[in-house]
Amino acid sequence: MYPNDFRYTKDHEWIKVEGDEAVVGITDFAQNQLGDIIYVELPAVGKELAAHQSLGVVESVKSVSDVYAPVPGVVTAVNEALAQTADLLNKDPHGQGWIIRIRMKDQKAVDGLLKAGDYEKFLEGLEH
Amino acid sequence: MKKTRFNELHKKLGGKMIEFVGWELPVEYSGIIPEHMAVRTKAGLFDVSHMGEVLVTGKGALAYVQWLTPNDAGKLVPGQVQYTALMTPESTFVDDMLVYCMGPEEYLLVVNAANDDKDFAWIAGHTKGFAVKVEHQSDPYSQLALQGPLAETILQPLTDIPLAGMTSFHWAKGKVAGKDCLVSRTGYTGEDGFEIYTMDPDPGIIWTTLIEKGKPLGLLPIGLGARDTLRLESKLMLYGNDISDKTTILEADLKWIVKLEKGDFLGKPVIVKQLAEGLKKKLVGFEMAEPGIARPHYPVHYRGQKVADVASGTFSPLLKKSIGLVYLPIEGTAVGTEFEIEIRGKKTKARVIPTPFYKRAKK
Repeated sequence: MYPNDFRYTKDHEWIKVEGDEAVVGITDFAQNQLGDIIYVELPAVGKELAAHQSLGVVESVKSVSDVYAPVPGVVTAVNEALAQTADLLNKDPHGQGWIIRIRMKDQKAVDGLLKAGDYEKFLEGLEH
Repeated sequence: MKKTRFNELHKKLGGKMIEFVGWELPVEYSGIIPEHMAVRTKAGLFDVSHMGEVLVTGKGALAYVQWLTPNDAGKLVPGQVQYTALMTPESTFVDDMLVYCMGPEEYLLVVNAANDDKDFAWIAGHTKGFAVKVEHQSDPYSQLALQGPLAETILQPLTDIPLAGMTSFHWAKGKVAGKDCLVSRTGYTGEDGFEIYTMDPDPGIIWTTLIEKGKPLGLLPIGLGARDTLRLESKLMLYGNDISDKTTILEADLKWIVKLEKGDFLGKPVIVKQLAEGLKKKLVGFEMAEPGIARPHYPVHYRGQKVADVASGTFSPLLKKSIGLVYLPIEGTAVGTEFEIEIRGKKTKARVIPTPFYKRAKK
């Protein structure tokens, strides 16, 4: 369920490192909690993000949630497809439902994030 | 947390349980959008056992209900139901509710769960001078709502009540899945459908049979999430959002349930005064004219001034746009009027549109 080559946050974002860039999205757990996602507010390309800074907003029918930058970086691309098909976040949260690409300031920051197994354990803790 | 008699069945069906006004209830099962669309196109089953019930009996029952409510209960004959309100002397809302005429001296009041205890205290506190007995019956009652165009098709084989002959806002008693029930052609979705009341201590079979027989026809169990989007598309009031003890019945645009000619009732002098003087604000429907979803409590600006907070607001799964209700100054209530809603600090354009947002086609 949770790819081993991703890292995760306790706010339920995932990050996948590709060279000095990384792709960021929300986890399957997050999309399931939110329910039907209908609107995603994306940041501008070029925006500088501090760690834990809100990078955008995901709205489902029932709620609004901020999405936070797992590590500091500069936005290099946003998933334009989400403007028309926000439900990609529900259908394929770890793939086509990616949210932004960032150029990382410091790749080592990723090492401090949860590995797949630890994230799954964290989720188990939430469900009990 | 209080649990309805169907609690375990919701969990078995994968219902995502939340706390709602002290009750543990499902917010969704398969998702708000599929549940919403099932009710609009096929059928949906809701557990609404959290609703409150108060039975009023006695020689003075009619006079008493007439005194507490603005609609004309005197027009009801046994077998009929009426939408009305419990009003304060200021013509604001203690609650909105349904009145079931059970007999010439017997009325069943069905009130909101959030107000159940407050309402009963209000009702019991106003009996002076009336020959009535009031009984709080919320605990023994369970209630399900079967809503959607296929509701009658699904329910008829399971009940001895002839449903084809039951018109909107009427009720009858009979068996449903072998249990004694009261069934009314009422609901909170804007669709055709039924509300099923029972005092049976073990009513689970009604739920499971409806699910089992309805499933092949597209019926889904429905949570509180879709209950809210369905009622809002049809502009059915939600107490606490759209009506409260701060809003008058005329401001809420519910003049159609005010029957001044019926005689005196609580709040009437204020209604008469407001009719003569005109309103300062009124509840209207809106849609967003720019991207964004307006949610309850978001600040609302008109002509450069903050004038209100959003009362109700959501994404409409059927119309696929953001809709809502808000109290605007009377000069801003004409259809087409533009105003702004602050969404996360950003003033976003909205406009007044006609309501209800959705109205089902009559057969």
